[in-house]
Amino acid sequence: MANNKIRNFCIVAHIDHGKSTLADRILEKTETVAVRDMEDQLLDNMDIERERGITIKARAVRLKYTAKDGEDYIFNLIDTPGHVDFNYEVSRSLVACEGAILVVDASQGIEAQTLANTYLAIENDLEIVPVVNKIDLPSADPERVCNEVENVIGIPAMDAPRISAKMGTNIEEVLEKIVTDIPAPVGDTDKPLKALIFDSYYDSYKGVIIYVRVKEGTVKVGDNIRLMATGAVFTVVEAGFMNATSLVNNGSLEAGEVGYISASIKSIGDTQVGDTVTNNDFPCDEPLEGYRKVNPMVFSGIYPADGAKYGDLREALEKLQLNDASLSFEPETSVALGFGFRCGFLGLLHMEIIQERLEREYNLDLITTAPSVIYKVTMTNGEVQYIDNPTNYPDPALIQTAEEPMVKASILSPSDYVGNIMELCQDRRGIFKDMKYLDDTRVELHYELPLNEIVYDFFDVLKSRTKGYASFDYEMLGYTPSKLVKLDILLNGDIVDALSFIIHTDKAYARARKIAEKLKENIPRQLFEVPIQAAIGGKIIARETVKAMRKDVLAKCYGGDITRKKKLLEKQKEGKKRMRQLGTVEVPQEAFMSVLKLDS
Amino acid sequence: MNTLGIYIHVPFCGKKCSYCDFYSVCYNKMQADCYCEAVLRNIRHYADKNTLVDTVYFGGGTPTLLTAEQITAFIDEIRKCFNLSEDAEITIEANPNTLKPEKLYNLRKSGINRLSIGVQSMNNDELKFLGRTHTSERAGKAVNDAIDAGFENISCDLMIALPNQSADSLAYSINTLTDMQIQHISAYILKIEENTPFNCKKILDIMPDDDKTADLYLQMTDMLNKKGFLQYEVSNFSKAGFESRHNCRYWKCLDYIGIGTSAHSCYKGKRFAVEPDLQAFINSPVQPVVITDDSPCGFEEFAMLRLRLAEGLNLNDVELHRKSIEKKIPPLIKAGYIKYNGENISLTEKGFVMSNSVIEYIIFS
Repeated sequence: MANNKIRNFCIVAHIDHGKSTLADRILEKTETVAVRDMEDQLLDNMDIERERGITIKARAVRLKYTAKDGEDYIFNLIDTPGHVDFNYEVSRSLVACEGAILVVDASQGIEAQTLANTYLAIENDLEIVPVVNKIDLPSADPERVCNEVENVIGIPAMDAPRISAKMGTNIEEVLEKIVTDIPAPVGDTDKPLKALIFDSYYDSYKGVIIYVRVKEGTVKVGDNIRLMATGAVFTVVEAGFMNATSLVNNGSLEAGEVGYISASIKSIGDTQVGDTVTNNDFPCDEPLEGYRKVNPMVFSGIYPADGAKYGDLREALEKLQLNDASLSFEPETSVALGFGFRCGFLGLLHMEIIQERLEREYNLDLITTAPSVIYKVTMTNGEVQYIDNPTNYPDPALIQTAEEPMVKASILSPSDYVGNIMELCQDRRGIFKDMKYLDDTRVELHYELPLNEIVYDFFDVLKSRTKGYASFDYEMLGYTPSKLVKLDILLNGDIVDALSFIIHTDKAYARARKIAEKLKENIPRQLFEVPIQAAIGGKIIARETVKAMRKDVLAKCYGGDITRKKKLLEKQKEGKKRMRQLGTVEVPQEAFMSVLKLDS
Repeated sequence: MNTLGIYIHVPFCGKKCSYCDFYSVCYNKMQADCYCEAVLRNIRHYADKNTLVDTVYFGGGTPTLLTAEQITAFIDEIRKCFNLSEDAEITIEANPNTLKPEKLYNLRKSGINRLSIGVQSMNNDELKFLGRTHTSERAGKAVNDAIDAGFENISCDLMIALPNQSADSLAYSINTLTDMQIQHISAYILKIEENTPFNCKKILDIMPDDDKTADLYLQMTDMLNKKGFLQYEVSNFSKAGFESRHNCRYWKCLDYIGIGTSAHSCYKGKRFAVEPDLQAFINSPVQPVVITDDSPCGFEEFAMLRLRLAEGLNLNDVELHRKSIEKKIPPLIKAGYIKYNGENISLTEKGFVMSNSVIEYIIFS
């Protein structure tokens, strides 16, 4: 098919504005999926996505559409996540497209992620097709929302399709807009192959499957391809496109097309998302620009609850990383938790999702340490260190200046909640920048906030203080000097490395007390009393005690049935295997987790 | 000469108590007669004239539902089949309601010289709650009648940590019991077992918590000590010289044979148990047993049992484990759980209430 009949596009939106539902309707209308095979959120095939009703992974699918001009078109639709943590997924997908459908909720209007994702699309020179969704809701006000899009984003929107993806209303208008407004891809099929890897995953039968956007040239089954960054060479086994539910081996892919390549790639390390694929025999001169590397912002230690599963955890992380290039990890050791990994995430939701995927998809039981950001520490001798693990925080006497990362946060909310939001940001050491009204009732606030104040629970608290109406987005601003201290937690007099963290001096006392209380709640009474202390340097700033258990006796006669008593002791011993033994203290997994959620 | 204890289980009860999860069936004369026949058969099966039987124990169920004649027949059969020691301790468990003066007289005459009476409490509200059919007055009379019948070694069961049990009501039970001429008290903490009527939310909700239970237990130990009843095991207290010799066999890894449904044995290097099936026991020529342990009294078991005794564990007896145990002694002493004199570890009163954890800490971790 000629390039001018191809349309590569993605759908961007704020979370919950109906991206995945619109994708479902488009699949139906183009009869890509038989109605009987249709299920909600079809492209979100991870359980965790369906349960949470969100998209985590971007996905690509090829559709066929016969337009009103009588011509057949090929659509390559890429569904993308909406949450701030998954921006990198969005930006990766954008490079494979010429256009983006911008879905805006007809009652909620523009939200923080609407803006963030739209700006990403504009940066990538994508044609934006605004669509107003959820017009079936009683509170829908498409007129106002279209105005908002024109005023805030500055793109024409008065003729934007007004649809209800849920009810299937006006979906055709969207399909026609894709044909008329989104440009066809350009690219010469005769030039040497140049294709961008925008995603990959591991299939246990076929090895690594890479998703590509072919920019120039052609790739066919049997070709020798080279992955330019690593130099690895493979022979193409399959080349084709993605159906809604399966891969279709088409034998070849041409410039302008989006599809997949399978080439018996066994090693996960050979494929890098953002790398360029070329033909080994007729290589192109230089690779495509690729992606800027996404930098993890939040770090935490992940340990197997059962130390023997360390190898399984490593394997699982390797496989997940293939599917999620933003995940980084390296081995670390903790006195308390044994062998594990320090993992880097894009944000807290990302961290939660990764943990959950590890537990579900790889059947692992995990212990996670408190999330930390990267602190920049300048030593008295001039040396600069970046600290992502509180355990490695240097002796304060050797520190000249300590700096923490700041973000520029943008919060959109109905104006009624401005007071609550300001109070929250104030409490999180935020610096107010400005506030502007988007219309009569909605405002956009800008704050500078320390990243470490938002990695714990900021978004949850923001939601609860605004009855769920506020939306939030942030971008990194750089480092700023700060009064930081390392807070240590001691059990029975010994520091538990996995519980140490770095915190602003002003927050240390309150946090220390809270952590001590949480631990007290979550460490069961045991044979010996357990003193819990929080300390900065050598100074104890909070203390709690788990009193010793007082009764644990089997005072009952069993007519010479000794086995029963013995079994009881053995069972008791078995039960304790789930606990971490720190000196004489037994600490259950839940205790480590409890300090992560201090406000619940 | 080898010594041996014989336990005879009598699974019949007039009424099952709400907290009890032992195997028992409703009393029926025909069945009881057949059961006694089977017991006699089994006594003959294990017969060994070269073995000195120095303790016999009739447990239940309610063994006193059997007639004194039936009990006499058992003791006579044991005397015929074994070398029954002149000063053997011969105990029978009894429900106060079954102890009429004449029955007591005949039991004494049959050779029974120790009574273990299921008093449980001297507080009528508590007895009613437990589903016991006797009153405190009836229990008191049974004890006095037993003394009149010539019993000089009487033990009473006492149950603590009952719902709503106050320090005062426990003190009342202990004072009333110890004011009588009894020599031994077995004190149990009420434990809700899975397949009993007590295992329901209504009861579980009103059970005393661990702290309250510990308080009651320590109150009891203290009171009994002051009355001259010394703690010699986690749940057992006696005047000097009146420790239960039969029960001590269990804790010292000495041989005992159990005869009857669900009876347990430790005999000739094996532990075995009879299945809880009345008909199978009655119909089998020899009681059907399952081996539960074919090398009993290893270190863990030996140490566990010894530590339940007030005399404690002598480290010379567990030389191999001495080093690893000695390391654990200081924190245990500091916490007040044990006493240690350089070779013997024994639990303190505080240690007894925590015995599961303390013993587990010593022998496993």
